[in-house]
Amino acid sequence: MSVQIQSLTRHAPKASRRLLDDVSLTVEDGAFVALVGPSGAGKTTLLRTIAGLDGPYEGSVLVDGQALAGRPMRERRIGFVFQNYALFRHMTVARNISFGLDVLPRRARPDRAAIAARVAELLELIQLPALGGAYPDQLSGGQRQRVALARALATKPGLLLLDEPFGALDPIVRRQIRRWLRGLHDQLGLTTILVTHDHEEALEVADRLVVMQDGRIVQDAAAEMLDVAPATPFVMEFLGEALEFAGRIAHGRFEPDDQDVLSFPAGAGEGPATAFLRPHETRLVAGGGAARATPLAGGRGGLRRVEVALGARVVEILVPPERLDLIGAGGLGLEIGRARLFRDGVPLTGAPPAANGRERARVAAG
Amino acid sequence: MLFRPRRRDGLPGLSRSIAFTLVWIGLIVMLPLAALVLRPWQDGSGAVLRALHDTRMYAALRVSFGCAALAALVDVPLGLLLAWALVRARLPGRRAVDALIDLPFALPTAVTGITLATLYGPTGWIGAPLARAGIRVAYTPAGIVVALMFVGLPFIVRAVEPVLRGLPPELEEAGVLLGASPMQNFRRVVLPPLLPPLVAGFGLAFARCIGEYGSVIFIAGNQPFRSEIAPLLIVVRLQEYDYDGATAIALILLLSALACMTGVAALRRRVSRGLVARGAA
Repeated sequence: MSVQIQSLTRHAPKASRRLLDDVSLTVEDGAFVALVGPSGAGKTTLLRTIAGLDGPYEGSVLVDGQALAGRPMRERRIGFVFQNYALFRHMTVARNISFGLDVLPRRARPDRAAIAARVAELLELIQLPALGGAYPDQLSGGQRQRVALARALATKPGLLLLDEPFGALDPIVRRQIRRWLRGLHDQLGLTTILVTHDHEEALEVADRLVVMQDGRIVQDAAAEMLDVAPATPFVMEFLGEALEFAGRIAHGRFEPDDQDVLSFPAGAGEGPATAFLRPHETRLVAGGGAARATPLAGGRGGLRRVEVALGARVVEILVPPERLDLIGAGGLGLEIGRARLFRDGVPLTGAPPAANGRERARVAAG
Repeated sequence: MLFRPRRRDGLPGLSRSIAFTLVWIGLIVMLPLAALVLRPWQDGSGAVLRALHDTRMYAALRVSFGCAALAALVDVPLGLLLAWALVRARLPGRRAVDALIDLPFALPTAVTGITLATLYGPTGWIGAPLARAGIRVAYTPAGIVVALMFVGLPFIVRAVEPVLRGLPPELEEAGVLLGASPMQNFRRVVLPPLLPPLVAGFGLAFARCIGEYGSVIFIAGNQPFRSEIAPLLIVVRLQEYDYDGATAIALILLLSALACMTGVAALRRRVSRGLVARGAA
């Protein structure tokens, strides 16, 4: 099922603050989209609005080209998994899963044997075949999460909405369930929208990331494009550790304000600009300046964390250990040629910013 | 050691606390109850046997237990509605109502009784219109039920309120999203978690109503075999200097109440399935 949202705006009750501010989003049939952003960005509000849970809004929300308002819930074919799972504690796992079928009017309801078969099938799918008779309180967090998912899937929804579904799980279980969920999405041909504040989780499981901030969509791009061409410094910083270098562009080169940081060619117009890059994208150049490097404890992915003194400023970067031995500790320059450039919060990539985030990402990558 | 506290229990000195508690429970609760159990047999088994053959006592017990059960039962939906309004509806004056609910606890029961008797009497504000409609409340068993409802209502409200407040709103939303109608949502999703506190509240109200004396005697009319409650019959026996008879009735009242409370506790365990961790119930 596809979702089209156009200029959706929602106000906080009794306040002029906007929870959602002119949000437009299209989710194609079969897509797996993650809504990411810091808490308070409006991700959950957007998800709840798509589900039809929250009150009045401006703009339009169409599912498969039709407005949902006024249509009975069971015709909407939406499955929703809450952050706290919201399992019915007084019912067994089997009754929880069959709830959506049990409440159907008699003429539409499958007979008892068919419901039992569907429950057994779902218990098999969530890999808990023996736990149909257990109560939710007897389950672990990961098991409850899967039961909540099975309950949402029992009525065969086309659209699955997940609100921080992995929040309360430990890292190993998270990774397992994430992979399993992605498999399920592909296997059942679902359209899935996932809310998370963890960008790594989103990058791993989703085809497309929608980054939100203060009730707006900041960027909407394929997972691998976000890091290559972030739409704003916020996206750059939200997606991981980022180093920031102020400076200006003159004569076709970006000249950093900091000492011992090397300039690099930049195709944008002259004026002030800010460069952002990941710590592992920097390079230390022997004889490039007067910077000193001090190795620190720790590192990541085989890279060593190194503190670099650039005159008045100290930055931490990641360096391959063997390179450190090669260049020595003094008289270094910091090369930042892989940085993304911004001016007034807008990327300076040489290309004019396109209206659509994905379009922009594609242009920047090409 | 008799009580071996779980290691790293949150309460310090658990075994000592339990010992103190048991001593005090013994002095305050068990000792008087034991006296009550022993006293009727002091002058031989005659008093108890006589009491067991007293049809007036059986009638009084029937009135007491019947009216108490009916009043507590009627209080259950009323208390639920009241708790619902307090927790969910943002009504003006909610705080005032919240404070008023506990008032029956504070009011001397005789004041309650006289007030209700005046209100429901043949010339009272409520009694007069009811009398024109041919309904008599005061000085009938119906009056007893009205008085007991007044006394029992706070127990239901106060038992349900915290549980209702603690119900995550997502439960109802999940029900709605899964296609439940409002009625199905109430019956299948909201009501079951509220059943244990409703039964507990019912038990408290019922127990209180069995022993209720002051508020009832003013409105009941107190006709033997019709609207005479067991606590009143005990007082009547005392006034006749029939101490053996009085304690015999008290003993039977106590045993019947104990049986009823055991039943209520069993019902509460039944409706708590899944809601309370196994072993703790």
